Amino acid sequence: MTVADLAFYFFAIVAVVAALLVVVARNPVHSVLWLILTFLSAAGMFVLMGAEFVAMLLVIVYVGAVAVLFLFVVMMLDVDFAELRAGMAKYVPIAGLIGVVILMQLTMVFGSWHMADGAEAARAAVTPDAAEVHNTKALGQLIYDQYIYLFQAAGLILLVAMIGAIVLTLRHRTYVKRQDVLAQMYRDPASALELKDIKPGQGL
Amino acid sequence: MISADISTVLPEILLAVYAMIALVAGVYTGKDKVAPTILFLTAAVMVVLAAMIGLSGGGTTSAFNGAFIDDGFARFAKVTILLAAAAVLVMSKDYMLRRDLLRFEYPVLVALASVGMMMMVSAGDLMSLYMGLELQSLSLYVVASLRRDSAKSTEAGLKYFVLGALSSGMLLYGASLTYGFAGTTVFSGIISSVGEDGMSMGLLFGLIFLITGFAFKVSAVPFHMWTPDVYEGSPTPVTAFFATAPKMAAMGLFARVMFDAFGTSTAEWGQVIALLSLLSMFLGAVAAIGQTNIKRLMAYSSIAHMGYALMGLASGTEQGVEAMLLYMAIYVTMSVGTFAFILSMEKDGQPVTDIASLNMLSKSHLPKALALLVLMFSLAGVPPMVGFFGKLAVLQAAVEAGYGWLALAGVVASVIGAFYYLRIVYYMFFGDEDKAGIDGTMSPVLWVFLMGSAAIMVVGMVNLFGVDGLAAAAAQTLVN
Repeated sequence: MTVADLAFYFFAIVAVVAALLVVVARNPVHSVLWLILTFLSAAGMFVLMGAEFVAMLLVIVYVGAVAVLFLFVVMMLDVDFAELRAGMAKYVPIAGLIGVVILMQLTMVFGSWHMADGAEAARAAVTPDAAEVHNTKALGQLIYDQYIYLFQAAGLILLVAMIGAIVLTLRHRTYVKRQDVLAQMYRDPASALELKDIKPGQGL
Repeated sequence: MISADISTVLPEILLAVYAMIALVAGVYTGKDKVAPTILFLTAAVMVVLAAMIGLSGGGTTSAFNGAFIDDGFARFAKVTILLAAAAVLVMSKDYMLRRDLLRFEYPVLVALASVGMMMMVSAGDLMSLYMGLELQSLSLYVVASLRRDSAKSTEAGLKYFVLGALSSGMLLYGASLTYGFAGTTVFSGIISSVGEDGMSMGLLFGLIFLITGFAFKVSAVPFHMWTPDVYEGSPTPVTAFFATAPKMAAMGLFARVMFDAFGTSTAEWGQVIALLSLLSMFLGAVAAIGQTNIKRLMAYSSIAHMGYALMGLASGTEQGVEAMLLYMAIYVTMSVGTFAFILSMEKDGQPVTDIASLNMLSKSHLPKALALLVLMFSLAGVPPMVGFFGKLAVLQAAVEAGYGWLALAGVVASVIGAFYYLRIVYYMFFGDEDKAGIDGTMSPVLWVFLMGSAAIMVVGMVNLFGVDGLAAAAAQTLVN
């Protein structure tokens, strides 16, 4: 066993165990932390496969941004996940039955699985030769060159998501007193203050 | 290379760029105050683009390595989609404005949804198919819950979103199985990977999952559950939009994938779609009988109509696709007219949706009652209205493709379905005179759409305005 093999088994086992703990942990904050560990192990496996760029992306985007955002949301919303799961016991039998049926069907599919002639070649034809092009460059060529149409379409979808979030949640409350910086700056003590001399024992 | 690609997708790019400019313009100017202007501008842009696409001439071009196909079929669907979207936008202005729902994002979202629909019907690749579908769906989820202070509208949006996500999952699952088998996501690659000895088990599973996803989008039974709730809960103009353009787009996409990617195995998917069609026709006909809310009734009506359109597709022939396109074009026209009427259903300024409120409409507003009568007859498929010719075309296609039993079932279902359309007519002409009905006032715009749609249903029986010829030409480019 080489070091790479050992590292693979290490990352693989950690990833599976951490993923299991994401689901079974009682405390949602712990779940998110286990999720971060899962991402990190997956990133390690990407490095072993020689896909450093994707590994770094996983660490920066998923661990650095998405998981931290999850953590904030979980902490802020204070959702009682134990209560949400309480109803689950009722549906476990029927869900299990459907799961088993689908599993059996999938076993049937993969039992008789065969690819079309030339499927392997077709799959390899899209990507540039790994020996010649660095994988970051290859990704760039695919995303920004061959699949530019899909890339731009994905951008439009994200734009719609953004518009949707604003349309559905932003409210312009009229009864809220807002800060008006200019008005504050143009005020001066002469117009804002009035000094009154009040005699003791008398009101204004 | 890239410039040729861009000129092929020019209409989509123009609409997307317009939507972004309109969005920024709306944000930096009067926000919701400029919403009516943006709304009419969007409708105008859509009509111009429809003209541009319709007059762009023949030929089949593909762009971006086969991810985008521009052919007669796509152009027919796009023109229908754009015109329907523009009509619904114009119709919705009054209703939205009076209920304080007219936000400037609404026309922008409709425009972006239309871009998604245009991408759907032009998809030549499983990935571009999915991108178009999601662009359309996400915009629709948002507009469904536009009336965010109403629990029903929010429920409609959420329900649509959750079930839509589930169906997208199914679709992606089918796409990945297909890719796993064929080694490519391009339709032309998939069709050439299907061998002489028919489909392999894996590809068949992929096909079934794909069909499941599409059936959800066209709301065919048994994936129709979301439709009545979403139709009822959404603001009425949005419901009108749901019943027109997205239906055409989803049908177009359905046919596109079946013929471009699986065109050599019509027998395999034909039987699945025939079953979907059968169930949709009967459920749409039977379940609508108990409905008193006209929006829910239109939801079941749309399920039944999708069943008939699917019958054309199930035939798997050029004639079948032609019938399907013709049926969809007619259905969209009828829906626009019917929803123009539903949008005007008000009592003391409040919208009503109970069909009993149509009591004796013929007494006070005879022309409108007559127009609605024509539309209801046409929806039911009563000859000689145009709706009858749509049904006739799909039935003929089904019989010639050997689905005689399906055609027979279609006739039976249409007789059952006629009951609830006629009940609306009954309320209008022979209803209870004592009960107060709707006000019956109608804005001129809605009046024009109602009367125009009804007039088309009558005048069209002469020669269908040549739409059948266009549909035939469009079908020919797809099935070859």
